[in-house]
Amino acid sequence: MLRYVIKRLLLLIPVLLGVTLIIFTIMAIQPGDPGRMILGENASQEAVEKLNDQLGVNRPFVVRFVSYLYNAVFKLDFGKSYRTSQPVFNDVFARAGTSFKIAFNGIFMATVVGIPLGILSAVKQYSAVDTFSRVTAMLAAAIPPFWLGMMLIFVFALKMQWLPSNGIESWKSFILPMVTLGIPYAGSQLRMTRSTMLETIRQDYVRTAKAKGVPQGIIIFRHALRNALLPIITITATSFGGLLGGAVITESVFSMPGLGTLIVTGIRQRDTPSVLAATIFLAFMFGVIMLVVDLIYAFVDPRIKAKYSR
Amino acid sequence: MSDKLLEVKDLCVSYRSNDEVVHAVNGISFDLRAGESIGLVGETGAGKTTTALSILRLLPEKIGVVDRGVVMMNSKNLMEIPEVEMRDVYRGEQISMIFQDPMTSLNPVLRVGEQIAEALIYHNKEKKSRHEIEKRVEETLELVGIPKSRKNDYPHQFSGGMKQRVVIAIALACEPDLLIADEPTTALDVTIQAQVLAMMGELREKLGTSLIMITHDLGIVAQVCDKVAVMYAGELVEQGPVEAIFESDKHHPYTQGLFGSIPNLNVETERLSPIEGLIPDPTDLPKGCYFSPRCPHCRDICRKEHPGEYVDGQHRIACHLFTGEK
Amino acid sequence: MNVMEEKAVRVRSKKKSKSAEIWKRIKRNVGAMIGLVIIIVFALSAIFANQIRPEELVTKQDVTVRLQGPSAAHLFGTDAYGRDLLTRVLYGSRISLTIGIFTAGFSLMFGGLLGAAAAYYGGQADNIIMRIMDMFTAIPGTLLALAIVAALGANMTNLLIAITISSIPGFVRLIRSTVLTVVESDYVEAARACGTRDGRIILKHILPNAIGPIIVQTTESISGMILQASGLSYIGMGVQPPRPEWGAMISESREFMRQYPYLMIFPGACIILAALSFNLVGDGLRDALDPRLRD
Repeated sequence: MLRYVIKRLLLLIPVLLGVTLIIFTIMAIQPGDPGRMILGENASQEAVEKLNDQLGVNRPFVVRFVSYLYNAVFKLDFGKSYRTSQPVFNDVFARAGTSFKIAFNGIFMATVVGIPLGILSAVKQYSAVDTFSRVTAMLAAAIPPFWLGMMLIFVFALKMQWLPSNGIESWKSFILPMVTLGIPYAGSQLRMTRSTMLETIRQDYVRTAKAKGVPQGIIIFRHALRNALLPIITITATSFGGLLGGAVITESVFSMPGLGTLIVTGIRQRDTPSVLAATIFLAFMFGVIMLVVDLIYAFVDPRIKAKYSR
Repeated sequence: MSDKLLEVKDLCVSYRSNDEVVHAVNGISFDLRAGESIGLVGETGAGKTTTALSILRLLPEKIGVVDRGVVMMNSKNLMEIPEVEMRDVYRGEQISMIFQDPMTSLNPVLRVGEQIAEALIYHNKEKKSRHEIEKRVEETLELVGIPKSRKNDYPHQFSGGMKQRVVIAIALACEPDLLIADEPTTALDVTIQAQVLAMMGELREKLGTSLIMITHDLGIVAQVCDKVAVMYAGELVEQGPVEAIFESDKHHPYTQGLFGSIPNLNVETERLSPIEGLIPDPTDLPKGCYFSPRCPHCRDICRKEHPGEYVDGQHRIACHLFTGEK
Repeated sequence: MNVMEEKAVRVRSKKKSKSAEIWKRIKRNVGAMIGLVIIIVFALSAIFANQIRPEELVTKQDVTVRLQGPSAAHLFGTDAYGRDLLTRVLYGSRISLTIGIFTAGFSLMFGGLLGAAAAYYGGQADNIIMRIMDMFTAIPGTLLALAIVAALGANMTNLLIAITISSIPGFVRLIRSTVLTVVESDYVEAARACGTRDGRIILKHILPNAIGPIIVQTTESISGMILQASGLSYIGMGVQPPRPEWGAMISESREFMRQYPYLMIFPGACIILAALSFNLVGDGLRDALDPRLRD
């Protein structure tokens, strides 16, 4: 088992390298002018160019890339933000909490609402509950999170004044963002849970259980759900990736200082080191989460456990 | 009254979807004594599995409908008892069913012992303790020839034949009066098939269980069954003691076709001799005798009138060829 | 005709009506029909926008009528620059539908080629392609699209490119797994055993069976792309004002939202309807194409 974990962690490395290359390449298309950004409008052109040279901005792509990697891997030096002139990870770590809080809250709500309703829908297929859930879920999944966020702000912050509309002062600030992401993702969770459950219920072993005289409730939970849970968990984890992306836009709506806003501003201002650091960090966390999920999978499904122990 | 364990009378089952009605079973009647075994033979699509599912009321909800008919067991009509009773008393306890594909019949995430225990736990009128149930699980495993040490293994750790033994163990755990086996050996290779059948035979003798053996393999029927019922297009075209079916000179043309299509080891032929044509569309059954489009002895009356039954002792044939003679 | 020929004729005529059969099943699905109607409405608005409202109205500013709620003259009201909201929303459908359909089409094309290649060649090629896709998938899609738009410049074409690129890995995975499942199925093996040529196998066996799930997924992905496009435009990384993209319009309405919520409600409703309609149709297609559904 340990070997499997280590193997998976090692596999993350090429992925992270790839991510770095991708972002590096994209940012290199329009490199921007960090010298100017750091020194400001009034600095002389020579000073700017001198600084750019110092920063190594004018070196060829490959040199820059390799040097970046070298510093990152061997010195754990990811550079300094062009905007703040601070080591990038200061910013990243400061903001990571907010982003992950938003994302986790979102997925929490989506799961707590979507999965039970999805199960109910599947068990009572074609009933009124099922039809209602399906329609609502499809509607919810079609709602753009940023729009929902603004509507929620309008109702709950502006009109009712119950909740704050921006910032991260209190736990209350995280409620509206949670609902903003939670509702659309609850919609997709519901649909996905429903279809997985339906497929599982059709399996032969469920028929065997019924022929044994096992009560319906036990069949649902012990036989169907335990098997359906595995793909559900995987798909939930995968959509977490989308959630992280959604969090980016949500942060914008609610003016919350998270990784998303860091990346967006960084991209706008060509603050390449910040963008790189934040994206690599996100990719890394995402990879770790997928690994954890796979481990859970291995623990729950005896067939997979057998493959990886010893 | 009757010494019959199971009496099926005029059972009619159809599948209903939005566009069409599939007439799967069209008025079949047969019965079974305690300890007896009947082979239900026919091609795929004849309605054999539907019959079996109907007895246990396992048809898909809303889609599978029992149009009419009676299934008597213990002087009770199984079609009319409440679902709770069906589940608590009959399924898994008085009547057990095993299915065709052992690979998918077992829950992959539960231990084999747990799955056997489940049958016992939900039919635990004597309030056996957990310990007693465990003992019974081990007994059942040994009964089917699996060492009890494998109680905590998962299904994927067993081979196909052993999986089917586990399935049989589950079915027999509560010592049912009737076992319905839907092509239990079709998915297994021939040598394993022989083993499983032999084991089933032994267990039946030991426990006195009646058996409905659904199969398309006449060889199995000869080996295992006391009676045979030949099913075609949802009807029983011929039924009788196994000797009558295999040795009598009177047969329904379909049965003749079935026997005729078995290749003979001793005779050299160039081509197989199948029965010409296809089974009829169950949403659009032909008028008169359902077999008439394919029957080599078809006459005018066959196309117009549905045949009655010719009875010769225990041997019954539904064909104009014989009813006319009377 | 003997029995065999009769049977062949019966089978052939059953096949011809397969698409008719599918259409019949879709028609029965209320949701799918509603979705289809909505799509048609949007499509017609997009194509015939000029006929319904002259194009200048999209950008015609008239400060005297700014920020007026819905009225007879302006069915959806006017925005901060006095532009007629209905016209803008109408022309917005052109943008959103174009983006949705073209990104889906291109992603399917490129992703499909890669996925099919990965499935067909297998081995090392498969490994390499999938590893590269893993790298792209590790970056949240919206972020990737964002970075690409930022690199290329924020306009509709680049937005199209960006969303296409960020959607390709999903399609690669989809096509690859669909093709693999079909290629390994028994009927393909049977066809090969009969000596059927590869080309014929692909055309008559693999494509018809693979196409179902692919169509369903593609249709449903259109709704995701519409949502993504509007999201990116919202934060300024997509279609730029004064073009009437729904997400951009919502962004512009932000400062006025307290008193003039209709400014964000109408474009928002359109996004929802557009995304919803493709999901409904996709769902209906899935149900219609699934042969096992009604048993």
